[in-house]
Parts: sequence; C-alpha cells; structure tokens
Amino acid sequence: MELTCEKIDRLRQLRKDVMALEGSIPNKGTRGDFSVKLGPMEAAFPGRTFPLSVNHEFISTTASEAASTQGFVAAMLGMLLRKGGYSLWIGNSRKAFPPALGLFGVTPQQVIFVDVKSERDVLWTMEQALKCNALVAVVGELRELDFAQSQRLQLAVEHSRVTGFIHRHQPRSLHALACNTRWKISPIASQPEEGMPGLGFPTWNVELLKVRNGRPGAWQMEWKEQGFWPLSGRKPIPIKKEERQYA
Amino acid sequence: MHKRFMSIWFCHLTTDRLVIRRPELRGKPFILASPQRGRTVVQASSREALALGIYPGTALADARAIYPTLDVFSDKPNLRDKLLYHLAEWCIRYTPLAAPDSPSGLLLDISGCSHLWGGEKAYLSDILAVLSTKGYRVRAAIADTIGAAWALARYGSNSDFIAKEGKQREALLSLPPIALRLEANVLEGLEKLGFRQISQFIDMPSATLRRRFGDGLLLRLAQAVGREEETFKPIQPKIPYEEQLPCLEPISTAKGIEIALRHVLERLCLRLAREGRGLRKAIFRGLRIDGITVKIEIGTGRASNNPEHLFRLFELKIPLFEPALGVELFTLEGLLIEKVKTAQEQLWHRSGDPAVVAELLDRVETKIGPNRIHRYLPQEHHWPERSIRAAQSLDEEPTTIWPEKPRPLHLLPDPEPIEVMVPLPDYPPLHFRHQGKVIQVSKADGPERIEQEWWLETGPPRDYYCVEDTSGARYWLFRLGLYGNGQPRWFLHGFFP
Repeated sequence: MELTCEKIDRLRQLRKDVMALEGSIPNKGTRGDFSVKLGPMEAAFPGRTFPLSVNHEFISTTASEAASTQGFVAAMLGMLLRKGGYSLWIGNSRKAFPPALGLFGVTPQQVIFVDVKSERDVLWTMEQALKCNALVAVVGELRELDFAQSQRLQLAVEHSRVTGFIHRHQPRSLHALACNTRWKISPIASQPEEGMPGLGFPTWNVELLKVRNGRPGAWQMEWKEQGFWPLSGRKPIPIKKEERQYA
Repeated sequence: MHKRFMSIWFCHLTTDRLVIRRPELRGKPFILASPQRGRTVVQASSREALALGIYPGTALADARAIYPTLDVFSDKPNLRDKLLYHLAEWCIRYTPLAAPDSPSGLLLDISGCSHLWGGEKAYLSDILAVLSTKGYRVRAAIADTIGAAWALARYGSNSDFIAKEGKQREALLSLPPIALRLEANVLEGLEKLGFRQISQFIDMPSATLRRRFGDGLLLRLAQAVGREEETFKPIQPKIPYEEQLPCLEPISTAKGIEIALRHVLERLCLRLAREGRGLRKAIFRGLRIDGITVKIEIGTGRASNNPEHLFRLFELKIPLFEPALGVELFTLEGLLIEKVKTAQEQLWHRSGDPAVVAELLDRVETKIGPNRIHRYLPQEHHWPERSIRAAQSLDEEPTTIWPEKPRPLHLLPDPEPIEVMVPLPDYPPLHFRHQGKVIQVSKADGPERIEQEWWLETGPPRDYYCVEDTSGARYWLFRLGLYGNGQPRWFLHGFFP
C-alpha cells in the first residue's frame, strides 16, 4: 500500500516536471484558490485544469459571435471574480452593458470599463493592467495583434499572474501568437425544455482551436445554473481538420 | 510678559461690506432684512437709514412707512461670521493671534507686536487707517485685558483708546455698565438702582454685589480689571499646500525637471502624510526665464500621498513641459486635498489591494485622458438607458440591486430601426429585416413592457422581446408604441450571447 502511494506521488511529480519542461505554469501561486470549472472541456488542458495566469485569445467574425464570445468570457470572469477583486474590461468601441453581466455570475461593479481611443492605447492599457497583480483578470477587445506584442503581454502575465482574455473581432489575419489558447465561440439554437415555450439557456458551440500542451476540440455547451453543461441529446459537430492548429 | 489686547469694533459690518461691493449704494439709505417669526425684520441698517430712525429690530413695514423708497437686501445668516473670519485672517499681518469676536468685532493679542510699528499709537492708527480706506467704519482700543479693550472700543470717549499698562480700572471708571458685557437682566437691575457709570459700583464690597446681581457681574468686573484670566481662541489660518523650489541656474533638461519635481513632491507628500491627507489634483508650474509659466496637471482617483505614484503620473506628462531657455522657479500646488482612506492592512490579499488598482487607473487616466474609465452601479430605473450610473469612486457600493430581467450583453447605443412581419398585435415578429438581411425568428420570449418615466420624459412605452433566429443568435427587439394607436415602430436594441 505504501509503495503504491509512493508511486502515485512520484508519477504526479514526474508529470509536473514534464509540464514545467514544456513551459506551462502551474496554477498554484499566491492566489491559487481561483478556479474555472469548464465541465467536459477541462479534458483538453494539460493537467485537466484551465490554465490561469496566461493569455487566452478569442476570435469572432459576426456580431452574434462577438456577443457569444463576450458571454463566454463573462462566464469565466464570473468564476474568477467570485472571491472578490476587480477586473478591467478594455476596448476602443465597447458595447458591453453591465446589467447583463449578472446572468454570468459577475457582479457588475467588480468590472471597471476602460474606453480608449485607439488600438495602440488598448495595447498600452492592457499591458499596464496585466502587470498589476491586484487585478484578477483583464479583458481586452483588440482587432490586430502581432507576435511581438503578444509576447509582451505574455511576459506581463507571467510576472503578475493575472489572467488575460483577448477578444479579437474580425481580425485580418490569424497568425500564431504567444497566447496559450485560441477559442472560437459561436451561438447555436437553444433547446428549451420539453413542452416549454420561449428561449432556452444560452447555448454555444465552443471550439478550442489551439491549446498549448493540450488537445484542441469542440463542444456544444449550455450555460445554466452558473455553470457549463454539455448539451445533451445532440452529437457534437466535428470541426474540420484544416481549422485545427496545434501549438 | 505683559499681555496687551486689542479689540476692533465694526460699527456697520454688513452694510459697509455691501457698500464696498456695490459702490452705487454709498450715501443711500438701505437695510438688510430677513424673515423672523412670520414677518420681515431689519437686521442691519446703513448709516443713512440709521439717521432716518430705522434701527435693527424694526419690522420692514414700519421701515417702509418711514422711508418708502428704502432699498432692501436679504441678510444671509452666516455672512457675519464668515466676514469676521476673513477679517481675522487678514489681521494675521499685525499679530499671529487673532480671533473673530461675534457679532461685530475682532480680538487681537498684540503682546510684543506693536513696537514693530513704532508704538501702540502708531499701531492702532495704522490698522484703523487701512480698515477705513477699505470702507469699514471701525473703532479700536488697546488694553491689558480683553474686557477693557472691548469696553473702550465700543464705549470709550473719543480721546483715549489706549489704556495704559496696569491702569484698566481708571480707564473703565467713566464708562456705562453695558461696557462690561453684562446680561440684559443684570443691566436692567443696575439701571433701576441708578448705576449709570462703572465708577458708582466698582468699589462696592463683592458680597453685596453678588447678592444683588449674581456672579456674572463680579466675573466680568474681575476680567475687565485683570484679576481674572480670560481666554480666547485664535484662528488657525490654513497654510496652502504649496511647495517651491527656486533654482540658481535655469533648468532646461528633462532630467533636471524630474529632479526638481521629485524634490517638491517629497516635501509636499511628507506634510500631507503627517496630516493624513492626500492629493486628488495637483499642478506643477515652472516659471521660465522668458517670463512665461508652463504647467502640467494631474488628477488621481483617490487621495494619495505616495510620492512615487504621483511622480509616475507627472512623468507621463513631462514631455509636455516645455522649459525653452530654462526654468527658474518650480512650484507644486495641491488644488484638491482630501483625507486619505487608510484601510487596515490585510495579511492575505485574496482580492488584491484596491489602492494598487486605483494607482493603476490613475496612470491609465493620465495617459488616455479623462472620463474614459467607468465603473457602473445600478440605478432605480427600468428604462435600459437609464438603469446604470457611473460610480464616483472605487469604493462606492450599489445602493440598489441589479435588475434580474434578461438584459443583452451587447447593447446598441442607439436602437436601430427594423422592418418586421408580425402575425398578431401582441406577438413577436415572424421575421425581421436588419441592415438588408432577413432574419427568421424561431423562438421568442416576451413581451416585457417598459413604460417611459413620465416625470423625466414623455413618450410611448416599449415592449421588449428576446428572440432567437434559426442559427441560435439572439436579439433584443422592442416595439415602440401600441397597435391601434398609430403605427408602432420596431427597433433592434441589442444582442444576447
């Protein structure tokens, strides 16, 4: 019995070492009690935990996709902000309406909106905010971002352990960035409960196009009771091979 | 050291001030009046009005009967005290200890000050001259005690306003008892017994006086002749939050400006930290050798006396500070000073230190410009555009709850008109056309009627529907107005995730 415990411990240690060699930072830190529960999506990440203290990139093309992406980000933000603290929402053409954040578990007064004039200022503000370890998370709405800029943002989060969400609406090119993940969220028709009229819960097709040291995938998720639930009774739509990119 | 006091009496304080403000009133009878117990009563009369027999305390109607074209101004209740405070502040140039003496006087402790003007006589006439050129009619007197100075200023004969050292008793002898600052009933008693002058009762045994008039008279007498101490509370003038740094050589390099800025900031912050205050707004000025003043200004979200943080805010603006040929004098002025909120130090920071967040926001605001950082709180309005308000500070908590009804995450700033196909008046649309695209509605929730708030704005109500199209995208639509009451219009107001 003792031997097995030892073996398990050693295996765990080895796994951790391998992850460290591969360049991922364990979530444990001064603020390790934050966690983002993603349901079945967690399997895609190394160590089955959603990586914090990194940048996540979200891509959207249409207005409804942008709204879904905002919703998905807000849901993650809600889980991060549950223990209090502030987060920044930076954009140059913000449309987010604070009262709606409540649906995703975010207390709207915990979010500070920064409306800047230009993309350059978004980047500057984002970098400053990501360096500030008193914040929990930073959401930035950007269109273009080059590799060097994303590296700067990555360096900022590594130092401060803030989580960054970069939402890129209609980007011109999709090149590799120094972000840990790339997501694409699109809405799908909701499934109201049997015999009930009206709308169902918010339902999304979540595509994880890129993830460092993990396995990309696609899921159909429903947001209900302040959590992500897999949409039952439907087959997941497989994403095309060429859209999938391995980091 | 021997104490010397000076009492200044402004005979017509409020009316003189009004004449200074409005020179056209000079030489005219006018009064200041305010309502009292349901009627308007004269509070102060100008010299000309007094000459006509209009005294303070007369009803306005009686005053008008005496002089029908009398000018009447409203009397602000705390004007007197404010005015006296400012005059006391002005008197700091004559003595460090000055206090207002309500209702119409000032009290100065001039011990050891008068020799600078070349004696008490010159000192007294200097103050009187300056005040009367300003436009105030004043009388002033100097004595060893507050009581004697007060009495001489108001009731002294025209020749001697300066009581010699140790001769208070002699100076008081010829004055009426009212000069002792007595209460009305004591004065009445003295009047009844025929005491018209202080000399008539000052030598009476104290037991007799106490029995008839109480302790008040004895105390005032003792205070006037100096047997009893009397205290007064001098004003403490506010020292402006300003630091200066003159330079021997004109400074023209950015590094030099930074050093100067650090220098003045540290001095100002040291003082602020001692007083538990912080800067909300500060201005850094430089007087250039060509006579032009250049300045940079910063503002903070919450009061701060951390020189490092304030320096970083200024640092972003130093490129705007043009020294040209050089700056001779640097000044740093705190325009808005507030108490610093000191929170109890937490052993473990779960949620991050708000002060650090505030410092970050200050930096961002200095860079990107004002009014770009918002934190929202709910407001008790159902109308979506009015349901939120911007918070004033990082610590402000909501006073009401957030709405529970579904609201779109992406709200359009202006609702966009759409064309719809509606089967029945109260039904959601079957499809609608937005920006040239036809969108088929598959599911819908609603309506949620929101009435216009008539006390703010009038207009038709809005009926909101949440609709979902066949691809799963969700929209927030509303119908403005009702069917059967003209043709209602439809709008798209937002997108749900």
